[in-house]
Amino acid sequence: MSQLSPVTLPTPEVNSGGKRAESVAAAEPAPPSEIRKFLQTRSTSRLADGSFRGLMLLAAFSLFVIIALIVWMLVVNSKLSIHAFGWHFFTGRQWDPVGGSFGALPFIYGTVVSSLLAVAIAVPLSLCVAIFVLDICPQPLRGPIAFLTELLAAIPSVVYGLWAVFVLVPIVRDNVGPVLEKSFGWTGFFAEPNFGVGMLTASVVLAIMIFPVICSISRDVMRAVPIHQREAALALGATRWEMIRIGVLRNARLGIVGAVILGLGRALGETMAVTMVIGNHPDIVKNLFNPAYTLASVIANEFTEATGDLYLSALIEIGLVLFVVTIVVNAIARLLVWAVTRGDSTRAA
Amino acid sequence: MKSCAGDVKNWRAKVKMRLLAAALIMFVATGAWAQNLTGAGSTFVYPIYSRWFSEYAQQHPGVHINYQSVGSGAGIRQVSEKTVDFGASDGPMTDQQLSESKQKLFHLPTVLGAVVPVYNVPGLNHDLNLAPEVIAAIYLGKITKWNDANIQHDNPGVKLPDHQILPVYRSDGSGTTYIFTDFLSKVVPQFQQRIGKGTSVRWPVGIGEKGNEGVAGMVRSGPYTFGYVELTYALENHMPFGLTRNAAGKYVKASIAGVTAAAAADAKQMPADYRVSITNAPGAESYPISSFTWMLVPQHWNDHAKGQVMVDFLNWMLDHGEGEAAGMSYASLPKAVADRERQTIKQITY
Repeated sequence: MSQLSPVTLPTPEVNSGGKRAESVAAAEPAPPSEIRKFLQTRSTSRLADGSFRGLMLLAAFSLFVIIALIVWMLVVNSKLSIHAFGWHFFTGRQWDPVGGSFGALPFIYGTVVSSLLAVAIAVPLSLCVAIFVLDICPQPLRGPIAFLTELLAAIPSVVYGLWAVFVLVPIVRDNVGPVLEKSFGWTGFFAEPNFGVGMLTASVVLAIMIFPVICSISRDVMRAVPIHQREAALALGATRWEMIRIGVLRNARLGIVGAVILGLGRALGETMAVTMVIGNHPDIVKNLFNPAYTLASVIANEFTEATGDLYLSALIEIGLVLFVVTIVVNAIARLLVWAVTRGDSTRAA
Repeated sequence: MKSCAGDVKNWRAKVKMRLLAAALIMFVATGAWAQNLTGAGSTFVYPIYSRWFSEYAQQHPGVHINYQSVGSGAGIRQVSEKTVDFGASDGPMTDQQLSESKQKLFHLPTVLGAVVPVYNVPGLNHDLNLAPEVIAAIYLGKITKWNDANIQHDNPGVKLPDHQILPVYRSDGSGTTYIFTDFLSKVVPQFQQRIGKGTSVRWPVGIGEKGNEGVAGMVRSGPYTFGYVELTYALENHMPFGLTRNAAGKYVKASIAGVTAAAAADAKQMPADYRVSITNAPGAESYPISSFTWMLVPQHWNDHAKGQVMVDFLNWMLDHGEGEAAGMSYASLPKAVADRERQTIKQITY
């Protein structure tokens, strides 16, 4: 075999474009194509691109502006009430429009208790459904169940309220209520009188409403757990439930907590469905069958008819409280997610 | 591909021009001919007002009066703020509300209504006699059971169950609440002290529902409940309602005749601005929980055309609209009041 002589590769010419074009043009002076003509009629895109970027920037800033306006409006309009009541607003128990004394404690109690109870009911249910859909469910059923879960999230709040009034209230009053009274009446949480509307019914409706949120986020978080975690657990001899508990839930726990807090945030602000079944009576009582009142409900019920500056101002201060509570809860959820992932979204707990 | 660039440019320009032209035409059309008035207020009068407005619009093409039933309190607030052209309220505005209003308003009575105590006691097919003191005590939480001695005393021979009463009230600001609490405050001093009267009060016990519909729905579907709704709602929903005692000491059941009797009895002392409370009116046939309902109309209209429409509608209402009131379970105005109102309407300037 003769030695192959090194082949000289053609060296790339610097500034060859112009030369080549010239040579081509010199060789074949073809008329410019339609596309080239069209492109030549267009000027530089500096104006268009610049204004487009400006418009997008404006849209992004408008978000800040909207939030700033909301906060400003809430603070300015509740100044009257803040001056009149101060901290007593958050500890006062009387809400008396005729007498002019306003205390928000029953509403804070109603909001917090109904939301916490809703989370307590919804979380076990959501986790069970999420685990079922991920690991145990036969393949053909997965799609329909996931679809139905998303559907629950799409139902409007008012429809939930109507359903609760016509279906859930009679159930709690006639079927579930007496059973709970008999078994757990000694705790003081389920005592007479039971009229169907009250804290418990509202909590159940809220639980149904936040269930899709918690379920879908938990499912995503659990699906993101690497498969080798599950395989490792199974390889060590774990049963199916142990595999789920050790391999999946343990790794996904912080994401699940984030999902729960997001659900809690939604429950805190829910208005229409709660207003219809909570009884709208500001009261702080242990009995879960008693009516209660939430921050969002009192605003929805009384805002349009509030006459008198102090009354209006007190209602807006309640709006401010609700706003602050919702922001704090969402901020905690964000912080949690950041703490887990440290900004790296692929890292599992 | 020959002249696609030019085609695209032309097409875009054509579409833009056409859209602009269409928008201009629509804008002109809606502005030029149609006269629009907006009103807001009482839920109680919504059925008859909407019937009047649609009939008036049929007889006067080009005029469209839009009414939103958002509650008496909201109606008062919106007309005071000039957000709407006129308001409607079951409770008259207080002196303070009138002074805080951005424009001077006339209170023009339109129809009369009554508030009735409704209840749901399974197995009971007898109308209950409910004294004002009993009703006040139920809402104060003093009477908690249906077979309480006080209720039984007024209803001898009626079998009342041994079950808790659930009082239902209005959670939103309401003229119905105003009429109801006005009556109870007049007759029962303890009610006046502890609760008082207003469109929105602090109820010690019970549950709140939104609107007359909410209270009616709650009482209809919940056993052993007790509530108060406008007469129209009780009649339309075929709900049993009780008799109550009037100033003459007689137990009367709400009816249009009873409401008209109450209005006639008090009409003689009607003040010039029509703001009068006719609850607990004298007279053997008067129904005690009756009230005028007012349309809150600005005294001066800057928009000449709108003012003309309003005055025309008010006169039409007194001439034709009142005749339809009885058919819809409202009581029409006594003749003396209607005559005086025609004079007041002449004072509206535009």
